[in-house]
Amino acid sequence: MLQLDHLVLAAAGFRLEADLTLPKGALCAVVGPSGAGKSTLLNAVAGFVAPQAGRVLWEGADITRLPPGQRPVTILFQDQNLFPHLTVERNLALGLSPDGRMDAAAQARIAEALVRTGLEGLGGRKPGQLSGGQQGRAALARALLRARPVLLLDEPFAALGPALKAEMLALVREVAAQTGATVLMVTHDPQDARRFADVTMLVADGRAHPPVATPALFADPPPALAAYLGAG
Amino acid sequence: MASRAGALKPPVGAALVAALLGAMTLGTVAVVLGHAGAARPGAADWAAVRFTVTQAALSAAFSGLLAVPVARALARRQFPGREALITLMGAPFLLPVIVAVLGLLAVFGRAGVVNDGLVALGLPRLSIYGLHGVVLAHVFLNLPLATRMLLLGWQAIPAERFRLAQSLDLTPGAQFRHLEGPMLRATLPGVMLTVFAICLTSFTVALTLGGGPAATTVELAIYQALRFDFAPERAATLAVLQFALCLTALALGWSLIRDTGFGTGMGRRVEMPAPGGWRRGMDVLAIAVAAGFLMLPLGALMIRGLAGLGELPAGLIPATLRSVAVALATTALTTGAALVLALAAARQAAGHRMFDAAATLPLAASSLVIGTGLFLALRGVAPPSAMALPVTVAVNATLALPYTYRLLLPEARALHQGHDRLAQALGLTRGARFRLVTLPCLARPLGFGAGITAALSMGDLGVITLFAAENNATLPLFIHGLMGSYRMAAAAAAALILMAVSFALFSIFDRIGRHVAA
Repeated sequence: MLQLDHLVLAAAGFRLEADLTLPKGALCAVVGPSGAGKSTLLNAVAGFVAPQAGRVLWEGADITRLPPGQRPVTILFQDQNLFPHLTVERNLALGLSPDGRMDAAAQARIAEALVRTGLEGLGGRKPGQLSGGQQGRAALARALLRARPVLLLDEPFAALGPALKAEMLALVREVAAQTGATVLMVTHDPQDARRFADVTMLVADGRAHPPVATPALFADPPPALAAYLGAG
Repeated sequence: MASRAGALKPPVGAALVAALLGAMTLGTVAVVLGHAGAARPGAADWAAVRFTVTQAALSAAFSGLLAVPVARALARRQFPGREALITLMGAPFLLPVIVAVLGLLAVFGRAGVVNDGLVALGLPRLSIYGLHGVVLAHVFLNLPLATRMLLLGWQAIPAERFRLAQSLDLTPGAQFRHLEGPMLRATLPGVMLTVFAICLTSFTVALTLGGGPAATTVELAIYQALRFDFAPERAATLAVLQFALCLTALALGWSLIRDTGFGTGMGRRVEMPAPGGWRRGMDVLAIAVAAGFLMLPLGALMIRGLAGLGELPAGLIPATLRSVAVALATTALTTGAALVLALAAARQAAGHRMFDAAATLPLAASSLVIGTGLFLALRGVAPPSAMALPVTVAVNATLALPYTYRLLLPEARALHQGHDRLAQALGLTRGARFRLVTLPCLARPLGFGAGITAALSMGDLGVITLFAAENNATLPLFIHGLMGSYRMAAAAAAALILMAVSFALFSIFDRIGRHVAA
């Protein structure tokens, strides 16, 4: 269970409060107007933003003070998810051991992860030689290898076309199912939320609202969400 | 954005490096100040100050103004060998000053080409020694630097402006007034101030071409006070004067003086009209005169030196080995220190402004001022000649640091912005991060910076003159000794070897950097 306990994130002209829990294994979309703090919320869970007050807990353990790499968390950013000067295989190896070593067992696991994400035979390429979709797959392959219990997606597929994005979301579901991960995914597209997420969290008006079942939320949107979605 | 999570690692290494730099620059000045009270500046000292400022101002003015037509011609003309010439213009920065001086002597010296011609015409000989010789050498060394800096200025004018000027059918004069004039007003003061600052602390040129009451710089006077008059108090007083001069120059142009204009992407021709007629003739003349002025001395030195290679003087090989050892030690220190500072500055660690200031301080320092401070501080510890090489390494490493630091900083910032989040998210160990991320991404500027440091240190003739004895001279000092005993053919041959080793060191480090990055 991921718990945000009276969490307050603040910066000049910005304030976001969150007091909510997310059950283990939940797939949760995070929606809301730009600038509301969706990315900041994910970055706080990942350890890149220090809260002004409150705690982040995973399975009851306080992780608020842990450095990013030691949290039970994998995060995919909007971009820069792979080191461009390292091969895909080397990039994936960093998911297995943070000292970058790669033995035979690691190589076998990397090869398997590449097969599962549809990147068979591309381990020797550098990220620049891959398409945008393949880069997303490589980042997901590393998430698969890290197998951390929380997976945060800060719009890593925003630059992909609709068909590719749908493919990626299907792959995320697969990875989440295989690793049993709890997923928080920022999206601008209500379609993504409906297709992917059991529950959806609205971030608006300085609050991260507790997640609600996705169909119910969109069937009867609260005023802030209605304003964000517009007439449609 | 809220503040970064987790306590950031305190930058212990960077703080240590900054403290060492502070000790080498401000610390030595403090020592010098402590000793300076015992001697008040005399008439000869003020004359040295006047001469220093005069020669630096003349050198800056000539270098800056002569660079304008050359840079303009290079900016708008396309011709075979253009890129090679622009690359060559970067070389004098790495050329050991004593090699340049020997080249100039081969052309303008007593037995040089010019005087031979004058004698053949029945005219009196010219002397290269004195103010005009010092200025000539400084223009030779700094005209290429000024040209490259101005070329950057021309390249920074957006191509659209030139297209607009063409579509409005502006005359070349109007184009100059509206486009190039404002650029020059913004760029030229910085160029001249940079050359001025370099010439304020230039020691080798004054040592070889100056001298006597009429042509002694403050740095040369420090050397003479310590080495010949055994007057450390007077040396300290002079060092304070020199420091005040440098500080004034730096205060005048703290913001202007920084960009020395080496770097890549200089080959691009500026998309500006290249008018024909007499303007074309002027451009050809500017490029030909500049290329000749830069290449003739080195060509003449080659001819002299190759003749002398047959009988190399005794002591050349040990001096060369000492210089290479000094250069390698300096390179290791400077590269490591600059990397530590640049990484800490890039991640905006606590105190990063101090690190930036510490990495800029050596620009205001001079070899002989630091040397005087160290001489005074260490004279009770060991005899000067026993400390000659370690002191030279320390001083060279300090003085070369700003260049490597400035090369690394933008790349380190880009590295931090691009990859820090991911490295943290993956929890990379320090070793893995250094080996897999930092090193490959910074290999190019590291190699280039190391090459520059090695070449500068190899050719340095500064603080070593205060400490060394006969038996532990570096190669430049050894060459200076040959010149002093009028063995000019041997000096030219040794200078060729010095030049070859300097460029080889630069090239090796630069290549290693490119290879690791690739």
